[in-house]
Amino acid sequence: MAYSFPEEVLEYVFSFINSDKDRNAVSLVCKSWYEIERWCRRRIFIGNCYAVTPGIMVRRFPEIRSVEIKGKPHFADFNLVPEGWGGYVYPWVVAMSRAYPWLEEIRLKRMVVSDECLELISKSFKNFKVLVMSSCEGFSTDGLASIVANCRNLKELDLRESEVEDLSGHWLSHFPDTCTSLVSLNIACLASEVSFSALERLVSRCPNLKSLQLNRAVPLEKLPNLLRGAPQLVELGTGAYSAELRPELLSNLFDAFTVCKELKGLSGFWDVVPAYLPAIYPVCNGLTSLNLSYATIQSPDISKLISQCQNLERLWVLDYIEDSGLDILATCCKNLEELRVFPSDPYGVEQNVALTEQGLVSVSEGCPKLQSVLYFCRRMSNAALVTIARNRPNLIRFRLCIIEARATDYLTLEPLDAGFGAIVENCRELRRLSLSGLLTDRVFEYIGKHAKKLEMLSIAFAGDGDLGLHHVLSGCESLRKLEIRDSPFGDKALLANAAKLETMRSLWMSSCSVSYGACKLLGQRLPRLNVEVIDERGTPESRPESCPIEKLYIYRTVAGPRFDTPGFIWTMDEEGNTPLGIA
Amino acid sequence: MEEGFSRRGLELRLAPPGDQEHSLACSKTSTNFTKHTFQEKDHDPSLLSLGNSYSTITTHSACSGSKRGLDKSWLNESQTQTHKFLYYDQQKDLDLLPGMKKESSQSKGLVSELHKTEKQQAFSPDASAVKNTAGPNTSHKRTVPAPVVGWPPIRSFRKNIASNTSTKLKVEPKQEIVAPPHKSANEKQVESCCKGLFVKINMDGVPIGRKVDLKAYDSYEKLSCSVDELFRGLLAAQRDPSDENIQNQEGDTLITGLLDGRGEYTLVYEDNEGDRMLVGDVPWHMFVSTVKRLRVLKSSDVSSLFARGNKQSKNSTDAALIQ
Repeated sequence: MAYSFPEEVLEYVFSFINSDKDRNAVSLVCKSWYEIERWCRRRIFIGNCYAVTPGIMVRRFPEIRSVEIKGKPHFADFNLVPEGWGGYVYPWVVAMSRAYPWLEEIRLKRMVVSDECLELISKSFKNFKVLVMSSCEGFSTDGLASIVANCRNLKELDLRESEVEDLSGHWLSHFPDTCTSLVSLNIACLASEVSFSALERLVSRCPNLKSLQLNRAVPLEKLPNLLRGAPQLVELGTGAYSAELRPELLSNLFDAFTVCKELKGLSGFWDVVPAYLPAIYPVCNGLTSLNLSYATIQSPDISKLISQCQNLERLWVLDYIEDSGLDILATCCKNLEELRVFPSDPYGVEQNVALTEQGLVSVSEGCPKLQSVLYFCRRMSNAALVTIARNRPNLIRFRLCIIEARATDYLTLEPLDAGFGAIVENCRELRRLSLSGLLTDRVFEYIGKHAKKLEMLSIAFAGDGDLGLHHVLSGCESLRKLEIRDSPFGDKALLANAAKLETMRSLWMSSCSVSYGACKLLGQRLPRLNVEVIDERGTPESRPESCPIEKLYIYRTVAGPRFDTPGFIWTMDEEGNTPLGIA
Repeated sequence: MEEGFSRRGLELRLAPPGDQEHSLACSKTSTNFTKHTFQEKDHDPSLLSLGNSYSTITTHSACSGSKRGLDKSWLNESQTQTHKFLYYDQQKDLDLLPGMKKESSQSKGLVSELHKTEKQQAFSPDASAVKNTAGPNTSHKRTVPAPVVGWPPIRSFRKNIASNTSTKLKVEPKQEIVAPPHKSANEKQVESCCKGLFVKINMDGVPIGRKVDLKAYDSYEKLSCSVDELFRGLLAAQRDPSDENIQNQEGDTLITGLLDGRGEYTLVYEDNEGDRMLVGDVPWHMFVSTVKRLRVLKSSDVSSLFARGNKQSKNSTDAALIQ
């Protein structure tokens, strides 16, 4: 008992341990290690804001400097989670404002943030440095004004794809003239024009500015000056990349890019005029990340650009790249690790571009380091998937979206079970998988059998019945997040694998065949889960128990049922009573 | 475009009205099903079958392929329908998998129950093995499917890329890009850095020709659009030489109807045998492999060619066309 190292020594040792997993393991060794660890943990990640309460967090970890919290389920990105679902960060900020006066960093994803919240942040934490809000909503540019005005040491303000009520661009002018601490500024999601002179002055007085992502309202003409004010930039998101064709602007831009020797990442490129693309040639060779997913340029222009970016590790692009462009990518970019191809015309019935499965096959052949794929296309074959799987057993993330739901193998007209089966069988390190196309229970058999490292699985319009879900829940040992829509999975598989749900972060099922009765049973059987029935048709009590519910969200929690559920969500009670929720 | 379809040929389909979306979704697998389990009947999916047969036969328009989103309206319908459709060969899936663990709330019995209820499951869109009892003999044209919430899974800010407009900008309104974004005809032809198939293209009334990279297209439609883009500005400049406006091309008339004879101009080509041919008769890949150069001619000069397949008249007017 008295033979341990002095606490200070242990603390020092622990300070080198930064991964959450390791920290959690450390805290389980013995009580004294638990105590020491909890006092010296500085960073905390909360994957589900309802899995734990702010009070519990604050009580256990008194010295936190950096918090990351996630709210809504992933399918909220596709409008499957109704408005008002929850994910409010306010209670967290209130608790932290009292407990963590030295908090420096807040990172949020899919949470609802209000202007009051932002103001509270700006006034509560004297040393506040980093605010990242990814896919958040609920605040306006007024809230941003409070942050930039009051946080004297602000280093990062990153609004990634958040939905901001854009009242005006005036907020940017609230940065005090004395602010020189900015390292990262991402306002790409905002629509309003900010004051260009304020922006230029801000940029040029922050010597550590490494990442600047402008919004579309910043015209191309302003870019050369901004770049000259920040030649040390590592990441740049342009504004609108179009202007009338003027040779002097082109050469001005070209010269400005020449000065940016550190530039590794480029994005933006709204409204691209291809004639201005040569301006970025000076930096192409150094680029590791290129996001052209807003650039409506054609394959020849894309290809020309890509062929100069031999060191590219990450490419996000529209399907205008076509198979021909992907061939060039496969030839030229041998360091490619991540590829995302987005659809230019997702709702069109006809194929508008010559992008097929062949493009992905080419990249899988040509790019030995490819590990992360997101690919939208209109046709696929088992043969292609098998080829991809054999070419790239090092895949970690594979998300394939064949735009037509339940599309078959276009060559053999069969389901795509064999193809995805090959993926999970060959890619042993696969952590994330999204399925599409026509799929039977067979694919889930393969997944359950082979996908032992799979952590996140997304299923849509797939499977034949409960057996499919059973395969997944019983076979995928590492599964943390499962999201399913419009698939015929029902009660049996869920009930048979109820205990599995406690080992996962969350399960989402919408438009499936889960009955209200089964949900009640689950809620009863597993008190450490919140079983939330989402149904906009009114209380499930008004329908027979065997009636399927609309949506279901199950997650493990030590916080008990939440009290901020809107009227269309019912949390199943432990006692099996009429569920909690507003009737 | 959909080569798979031209290979399979036309198929007729039996279905009750309003069912065609679901049938389309299932038809391919049903066809497959017939191969697996009804070998003795030797089903040819292209044959029309009557009575209690399992084959579904589908009409596809050859040029539009099998594109279909998910029409949700049938989801409710098929719940109450008497005839349902074969979905997949369930038999193979229903063998008990070895090594299934026994959990406290689960027994082998439960697992086999899973299998049993598979067959009975009435969940509509993906109903398990269910019979396709014959309905009335109707074939339907494909309708545009109703959009499904959240499908395909893209974020809302990515939804309108192809037709993006900067509506909130306070700067001058930019061009609205509606179709695949071919920009102003001023842009120089960009050469692809690797091999392309460049052919000359000349237009009546325009002294300077262009070159197009046929590898950059995969359909006649795209080629036609591109030709329009290439020559629209030049043609306009020819008509009004004083107009040196290089910026805004919106005022120019589009060059349309290049392929169907309805426009002022028609697209023709010279093939590897030196013959003048109307563009559009053969599959795209065949065209690409035989084309040597392109011409955009005034339709009035080639009007006799518009009866498709009328090659003999082509030959007789060839002399008139050669310039």
